[in-house]
Amino acid sequence: MAQFTLPKNSTIDKAAGKTFKSPGAKKPRSFKIYRYDPDTGANPRVDTYEVDMAACGPMVLDALIKIKNEVDPTLTFRRSCREGICGSCAMNIDGTNTLACIKGCDEVSGDVAIYPLPHMPVIKDLVPDMTHFYAQLASIEPWLKTDTPAPTRERLQSEDDRAKIDGLYECILCACCSTSCPSYWWNSDRYLGPAILLQAYRWLIDSRDEATGERLDALEDPFKLYRCHTIMNCTKTCPKGLNPAKAIAETKKMMVERTV
Amino acid sequence: MSYRSPLGRARGLGSAKEGTHHFWVQRVTAVALIPLVLWFVYSIAQLPSGSYEAVRWWVHAPSVAVALVLFIACALYHSLLGVQVVIEDYIAADGTKIVALLLSKFAHAVAAVTGIFAVLKIALA
Repeated sequence: MAQFTLPKNSTIDKAAGKTFKSPGAKKPRSFKIYRYDPDTGANPRVDTYEVDMAACGPMVLDALIKIKNEVDPTLTFRRSCREGICGSCAMNIDGTNTLACIKGCDEVSGDVAIYPLPHMPVIKDLVPDMTHFYAQLASIEPWLKTDTPAPTRERLQSEDDRAKIDGLYECILCACCSTSCPSYWWNSDRYLGPAILLQAYRWLIDSRDEATGERLDALEDPFKLYRCHTIMNCTKTCPKGLNPAKAIAETKKMMVERTV
Repeated sequence: MSYRSPLGRARGLGSAKEGTHHFWVQRVTAVALIPLVLWFVYSIAQLPSGSYEAVRWWVHAPSVAVALVLFIACALYHSLLGVQVVIEDYIAADGTKIVALLLSKFAHAVAAVTGIFAVLKIALA
């Protein structure tokens, strides 16, 4: 069966959570953060950090950095660009996958709950293991493929054809969508998931690419592509406002188009 | 512990080169079921009574029998495809999955043949 419950060593030990108070805070705000340390062998726990929002930037990432710098240097998370373009700080905030750097603390009511991306192996705290996700991206060969010899200058593309890549090229591969997808939770060993399928479609629809049929061949599979049941969590959660579900639907349309 | 490379794992057994037919037939039967279900619900509501004789008389009409056979065939084919997807979604263990898929296919076949046979028996009686 699909695994609906966590294995014993992954369940959260409620009694082990620590609380870090912030005495004298003008605008205290509680952050409940998932903690897991592989070195101790202990089960994960949820620590509570009180942060003075009067002395903190507005975004959830600002609070995480403040906690790491001033309260608990062991708190582990990925971050880089702090402006929603690198995709490193993807995590589950207030029950929704998003980027910590562009999620305002004021968008969350009450305590701010922060967990790693769902249903991924956790390396430490908020850092998931993305190995399989990246390998799946590599498996769709996300680069331009042509048999026609390369031109001596740039490959031309009409404005209309270029516009077809809009809404696709902006994907930063943060994995918020794939890890919000129940189909990906249950069958990620074989299902490519919305992020990778959007990338695949980005090359399918590129007028300069000459491997469209080959790409469709590689995708036509009950699991790789057809595990998508149009649940739409991907589109709902995408922090960049993209629509992976539509890219998948268009891919299915291309599949039908070449059979009927 | 596996020393297989991540890319090797992601590629797995490669593409099955099928799935589109399943996807397409599921939509074809869905479209066919729109008028069939509407007709079925409307007709049942229009029956003068729910008595055995009333239903028998209704099924006996050739047009009704033909529509009922279509309805049973479409509904069960559509259900077969849908249940197959549910089983593939939630059952990961290969042995259990194959057994569940077989049971589902057999149950749907039995239901379809029984239903169509029953309609024909009344219609042709």
